[in-house]
Amino acid sequence: MMELRGICREYAVGGELVHALDNVDLAIQPGEYISIMGPSGSGKSTLLNVLGLLDRPTSGTYRLKGEDVSELDDDALAEHRQRHIGFIFQFFHLIPRLTALENVELPLVLAGVAPRTRRERAAAILESVGLKSRVDHRPDQLSGGERQRVAIGRAIVMQPSFLLADEPTGNLDSKSGGEIMQIIEQLHHDGIAVLLVTHDPVIGGRAHRHLSLRDGKIVGDRNGGGV
Amino acid sequence: MKAYDVTRLSLQSLQRYPLRTAMLLVAIAIGVAAVVLLTAVGEGARRYVTGQFASLGTHLLIVLPGRAETTGSGIQGLLIGETARELTLEDTIAIDRSPRIRQVTPLVLGAGTASWGARERDITVLGTSAPMLQIQHWTMGSGQFLPPGDLDVAQPVCVLGSVVATELFGSASPIGQWLRIGDARCRVLGILAQQGLAGGFNVDETVIMPVASAQQIFNTAAVFRILAEAADRDTVQAARRDIIEIVKARHAGEEDITVITQDALVSTFDSIFNMITAGLAAIAAISLVVAGVLIMNVMLVAVSQRTAEIGLLKAIGARRRQIMALFLTEAACLSLLGALVGIAAGSTGVWLMRVAFPVLDFAAPRWASLSAVAVAIASGLVFGILPARRAAALDPVNALMRR
Repeated sequence: MMELRGICREYAVGGELVHALDNVDLAIQPGEYISIMGPSGSGKSTLLNVLGLLDRPTSGTYRLKGEDVSELDDDALAEHRQRHIGFIFQFFHLIPRLTALENVELPLVLAGVAPRTRRERAAAILESVGLKSRVDHRPDQLSGGERQRVAIGRAIVMQPSFLLADEPTGNLDSKSGGEIMQIIEQLHHDGIAVLLVTHDPVIGGRAHRHLSLRDGKIVGDRNGGGV
Repeated sequence: MKAYDVTRLSLQSLQRYPLRTAMLLVAIAIGVAAVVLLTAVGEGARRYVTGQFASLGTHLLIVLPGRAETTGSGIQGLLIGETARELTLEDTIAIDRSPRIRQVTPLVLGAGTASWGARERDITVLGTSAPMLQIQHWTMGSGQFLPPGDLDVAQPVCVLGSVVATELFGSASPIGQWLRIGDARCRVLGILAQQGLAGGFNVDETVIMPVASAQQIFNTAAVFRILAEAADRDTVQAARRDIIEIVKARHAGEEDITVITQDALVSTFDSIFNMITAGLAAIAAISLVVAGVLIMNVMLVAVSQRTAEIGLLKAIGARRRQIMALFLTEAACLSLLGALVGIAAGSTGVWLMRVAFPVLDFAAPRWASLSAVAVAIASGLVFGILPARRAAALDPVNALMRR
């Protein structure tokens, strides 16, 4: 599980201190499906980055699977991300010179998995997101929806416990967006905890737990709705 | 992450920007090729100069009587009453027994008159033995040189310098004819090809006889010089010590000879040219450092262009060391490829120079090529460190926000 206690994240912007997260307490259980919503600048992305160990809180404690990760160094954080957390971004962040298969393989390459094993795993993952015929295509040969499916493949190839998605449909038409949400929800069914940052109330409404942020504080946390 | 994967990913990113990669390759290749070409010129000059000396007989040792530090002290020695013990044929034979001496020959010189029929001419009589031909790198015009044999046998034979041959015999063939020298008669065995001046001494105007015959003509048991050839260039100094020891033992423990080597002179030239070559290499190596600075520039641009990619790598678990390894490998691959291109270009250039100037034996020394490659890679790595560290230190959140 993820457990935040008294988390603050402050930035200095033009000499002025901005409280992106202000004393946040939050507990997330394995397998949850959570949407994080709120106006621009409310701290949703910062919260997701802190939960994903990309960003460090200014103060407070964060326990990931029982371990205090607030004080870990860069490499230790990288190792936790590698083992526990998958990311999906609004702009996909695929590496343009690599094929779909190679992009999905990349986390396995960094983890030092043998070439044959990782190719098989990456191919299986791409098949499960419906891109079997696209394995050798480069990102610029794929549609937006297909690119995001490659990105999802890359996020789950290390079999993480948590999937963190920052506006995963924000750059897609509604049809592709719907397909992406179906895949994400299938992953949730398979047991991965999904945290979804979105502007879109329809997409956000499909989650089982809804967090609302305003000015760096959690102002709403309710269960219900969803698929 | 495996080394194979690091290399593959680095090469892939080099492929992505072919023009930039090609430019950097050219920059490094020019540096390496410059080292190869300049050192080849230096080495070519060195080989030319030392080769010229070698043709004079670099292994040559000249033994003269008396402990004079300079040659030609004979008259001065007489004036101040110095009586040097003379060199003899026995000294020559003793020197020949040293394993460090390949061959040795005595030299007796004197003025004489040669006549054939009605013609007569003043000549220099040069008494020596068979090895002289090789030691002095003389070539025969026709016939034979002095036959090998015991030094103390006075055979009535002689070999003519080319001027003596034409002036005494005209168009007639001298070989087999009997020539009169003073009171002695000798049969002409052969004629030297034209040699020109060698050490201020015109061989073309001499008659060469067996040393014992010359000693009879001049009524002397002494030998003017002994010429010895060391087994090879490295043993010249040892051979010199040998000669001094051998003659000292024969001269009642007195060190009363002087041995001159040409090697001392040659090795001075050798080291001068090696210094010049090294200097040229160093100058050319500066261009490799410049290429290194170029690599640093381009890699810094690459880091800022690929910021989002670095952020992504971090998000999916890349460690600092892995990011650094990727960028350093990219720099190293660039330098290595550039160096190989440079070696190829440089070698082609050296080949072209050899074709254009066959007189000079251009060849880049191996150390120069190897160290050019090493310096190129080292400069790629050293100048790659700053960009690689910058990449590794990027904050993932900020990096991911840049697209």
